[in-house]
Amino acid sequence: MILVLLILIPLLVGIVSFLAKDAAKNVALLGSLISLGVSAYVAAFCGTELVAPISLTWMPAIGTSFSLAADGMAAMLCLLTGIIFPVVLLLNRNKNIENPAAYYGLILLSQAGLMGVFLASDALLFYFFWELALIPVYFLCSKWGGERRIQVTFKFFVYTFVGSLMMLSALIYLSLQTNGVNAMSWDNIINAGKALPMMQQHLLFWLLFLAFAIKMPIFPFHTWQPDAYEQAPTQITIILSALMVKMGLYAVLRWLIPVLPEATAFYADTIMTLSIVGIVYASLIAMVQTNVKRLVAYSSIAHMGLMCAAAFSGTELSNHGLLVQMFNHGINITAMWVIVNMVENRYGTQDFKKMGGLASTAPGIAIALVIISFANIALPLTNGFIGEFMLFTGIFQSASQYHIIFMAVAGLGIILGAVYTLSMVQKVAYGENNSGVLAVAKMSGAELTAVIVLLAFIIGLGVFPQPLLDLVLLK
Amino acid sequence: MIGFLINGLGWKSMPKQAAGFLASLMMLVSFGLSLAIFFEVKAGAADTIIPLFDFIHSGKLLIPFAFKIDALSSLFLLIITGVGFLIHVYSTSYMHDDEGVVKYFAYLNLFVFSMLLLVMGSNYLIMFIGWEGVGLCSYLLIGFWFKNRDYTNAAKKAFVMNRIGDLGFLVGMMLVLYNFSTLNYNELFAQINTNQTILSGGTYTWIAVCFFIGAMGKSAQLPLYTWLPDAMAGPTPVSALIHAATMVTAGIYMIARSSVIYNQSEFALHFIAIVGLLTAILAATIAIKQYDIKKVLAYSTVSQLGFMFLAIGCGAYTTAVFHVMTHAFFKALLFLGSGSVIHAMGGEQDIRSMGGLGKKMRITQITFLIGCVAIAGIPPFAGFFSKDEILAAAFAHNPVLYAAALGAALMTAFYMFRLYFLTFSGKFRGTHEQEHHLHESPAAMTFPLIVLAILATVSGFVGLPEVFGEHHALNEFLHTAVTNFGAHHMEHSTELMLMGISVGLVSIMIGVAYVRTKTPNFQPNTGLAKVLENKWYVDELYDGVIVSPLVKFSGFLDRIIERKGIDGGVNGVGKLVRWGADRMRLLQNGQVGAYLFTMVIGIVLIFIVGLFCVNF
Repeated sequence: MILVLLILIPLLVGIVSFLAKDAAKNVALLGSLISLGVSAYVAAFCGTELVAPISLTWMPAIGTSFSLAADGMAAMLCLLTGIIFPVVLLLNRNKNIENPAAYYGLILLSQAGLMGVFLASDALLFYFFWELALIPVYFLCSKWGGERRIQVTFKFFVYTFVGSLMMLSALIYLSLQTNGVNAMSWDNIINAGKALPMMQQHLLFWLLFLAFAIKMPIFPFHTWQPDAYEQAPTQITIILSALMVKMGLYAVLRWLIPVLPEATAFYADTIMTLSIVGIVYASLIAMVQTNVKRLVAYSSIAHMGLMCAAAFSGTELSNHGLLVQMFNHGINITAMWVIVNMVENRYGTQDFKKMGGLASTAPGIAIALVIISFANIALPLTNGFIGEFMLFTGIFQSASQYHIIFMAVAGLGIILGAVYTLSMVQKVAYGENNSGVLAVAKMSGAELTAVIVLLAFIIGLGVFPQPLLDLVLLK
Repeated sequence: MIGFLINGLGWKSMPKQAAGFLASLMMLVSFGLSLAIFFEVKAGAADTIIPLFDFIHSGKLLIPFAFKIDALSSLFLLIITGVGFLIHVYSTSYMHDDEGVVKYFAYLNLFVFSMLLLVMGSNYLIMFIGWEGVGLCSYLLIGFWFKNRDYTNAAKKAFVMNRIGDLGFLVGMMLVLYNFSTLNYNELFAQINTNQTILSGGTYTWIAVCFFIGAMGKSAQLPLYTWLPDAMAGPTPVSALIHAATMVTAGIYMIARSSVIYNQSEFALHFIAIVGLLTAILAATIAIKQYDIKKVLAYSTVSQLGFMFLAIGCGAYTTAVFHVMTHAFFKALLFLGSGSVIHAMGGEQDIRSMGGLGKKMRITQITFLIGCVAIAGIPPFAGFFSKDEILAAAFAHNPVLYAAALGAALMTAFYMFRLYFLTFSGKFRGTHEQEHHLHESPAAMTFPLIVLAILATVSGFVGLPEVFGEHHALNEFLHTAVTNFGAHHMEHSTELMLMGISVGLVSIMIGVAYVRTKTPNFQPNTGLAKVLENKWYVDELYDGVIVSPLVKFSGFLDRIIERKGIDGGVNGVGKLVRWGADRMRLLQNGQVGAYLFTMVIGIVLIFIVGLFCVNF
């Protein structure tokens, strides 16, 4: 039952927010805190009877049921979702948002969808939540976004929707190969997939992979992403980059690799090559960005490339590292956006040329920026390092004949990552203040809380990563 | 005990007034602890592993967070905390007026903490944590005066260049993990020592070279040395502590620690010897023509590090460690001395505007002179013994190496005394205002100078060569932790002769330096001298060959490939669909016949495809 609560709470609170008008912002924050409590409970008792899977009859005619289950991976992602939403809602509390009831309501609806995606153990239910998570985000971007929001959101929508349809058709095809009872359940889909002849596995592999690759996004299917990150309100960008992209990775781990193992092995080198080319490609492009949000966006593509490569490297170590990194990347990129959001609000620009001097105007923000930047480039004793070290080691140990080349090229990302991240720090925090804004406000209480929570995770998990390492492997 | 050491140093936020005092006190306490540890080890205490907790445990991979105390680490502990303490004391005065003084001491303490992690870790991953940690502190301290764009550029450059090396270190670690499934020194070295046959020499060479690439970055060797001279942008005590005495010697520590691996690969050793020698010569030539007092010392540091790597390449790890120790003393002394000079000159660093400072600042002058004598290699000062040992090792290895190294050593003597004479003797060449301002530095700054001068004088005696009838105390102390490769004994007469040659030539060079600087003449340089003044144009070369093309390429990717190519393609698909939809609309023309016709064709097509698939 507890798993249903994870979905139900944000859903109900979201609906309440729609009606709450001006109080929406507080209702939403409260609701997200309750969700955080529940997801922490799920993570703490994952693997015990307290977090039992649940299965209710839904539409037996088409073999689908309302089934939820939480293993370590799902519990970890739910916990991440639980942590990120209150942080998001702590931001911009003083900013005037048009029609706040709808804004906060939609945010919580997408949280319900996200929780559902991570918990669903039925293919159709998975698809349902997948869309439930995305559709509120489309609205949020197109209504509250930047100047080019309509055009950008349209592309984002069409692109990801095409992906969703490919995924749906693949899942339906798979369910038709089962014996018809509970055709959509994860176990049956897996058995059906494994039994398929090679030719069909190949076709389904690409249908599913393309859908997930667009979501992650993997080079060269990524061009919707920098635009969307730039144009979306930063709070929504956080949800997109910390959680939505994890849907793609999660789907690869849950609905692709175990379902089509032979095709996965067959295409592993291809996918790893794409992902690793993407790391270098995105890092190089990040180097020449003049817009802070685009820089972080490309940096995120590079990180996702590394994670996707690790997913297909087929070693235990990289798989384990990947799960850890999914959590840590979620924390770090959120922290990065929180800072970007603060800087943008204060300097009134996303352009590097008009920034600078943050270390003298707002030292607190600058210190946080420096720590988070170093977590972003995986400095040891920050959480970023643990996952990345395991990912690299895993890729290096993979059975692929190109494993050394993969590792070496992906390693270039370490160097380039330092180049663009430190350039960003230099342009934002050091030098003189070029913004023309003289009075730069300190962090507000809410902002400070968000930053401290995130920093606690960054340092805490950097020094004692073992609890997280243990959590993600629970069955 | 160690826990306290760590926690104490991790202390980060302090009230402004007390910051320096508290930080120094912490350093003193840890120095005391290091002394205790050192004597325990010296008294014959066995190597100890102190486990704290499991850092990463995943499947077969188990990396504990643990420390290893043995002869090598205890010696480094002593150097780090000892020199560290003196520099903290010095900083309390030097940084007194700076508004960021609390931040400064916090960074400095964080640095010492990371450095201790580096040398105390019981596996490569902990070493790597410290390794990156010191890199971080170095970055923060180089860019300490963050409003100056050049300084922050220097900081960025230092970090990025180190990252290149770090990648080598990382790959080395992965090779070790791949082949041995452990990163713990004890288990790893035991495996190598017992089953030497399971791995080909090639693998050892790869591991050794990868680790050495890491060392190239951190210890500023060719081709990754250019960050170190730029790093002089940081406050001078930082240059002394991080960019001369401790951090840059991390590479030496790493290789000495891994001596078991390096002994398996003669190729890697040769490679190191050559890189070290080339660096020593190149940096020495540049130092001859520099006018910035700190730049001279910086290139001198690069050159001395080259000497240390030369020693390692000759298999004489303990000699390299010996030189690390003596170098830590005299180079810290020289840097602090230069800091004292800069302090007196009100921030001026150009030696062309100095001269005759000796009259006004006697203590600085004398201690600086001791530093110069020590680095030049005049007996009985410390540098003589350690440098001579390196030269002897090189001679035993190959006389050509010896000759080249001797050349570099002579240049060292020349540029150091050029620096000394230009700064302290002759007439003052600066402005009147500066001359009026000249004064000896306060006691908090001269006290460390005096202590370091004493150390620079006497520390050579721990490594008295056998020629003088003593046994080599340092070698004996270290031999439990470090195994020299192909140790060789030279005839005493040969050794004495070599010493004689080097001392004689060095004295001549000092004379030359004196004569050349007696009537200073700073005409614009031409020809080779100009090339040297411009550091062989290496920075320009890197910029032209690597940095600019990369930036241009990235711009090309961003503007053309990304926007026009990939995104254009995506948009193109969208347009195509719309175009297609426009055409399709024409099909829905309402004529039943046309529909039927299309349907029939469709069915036929499905049959054909179906047949094809079944047969397939």
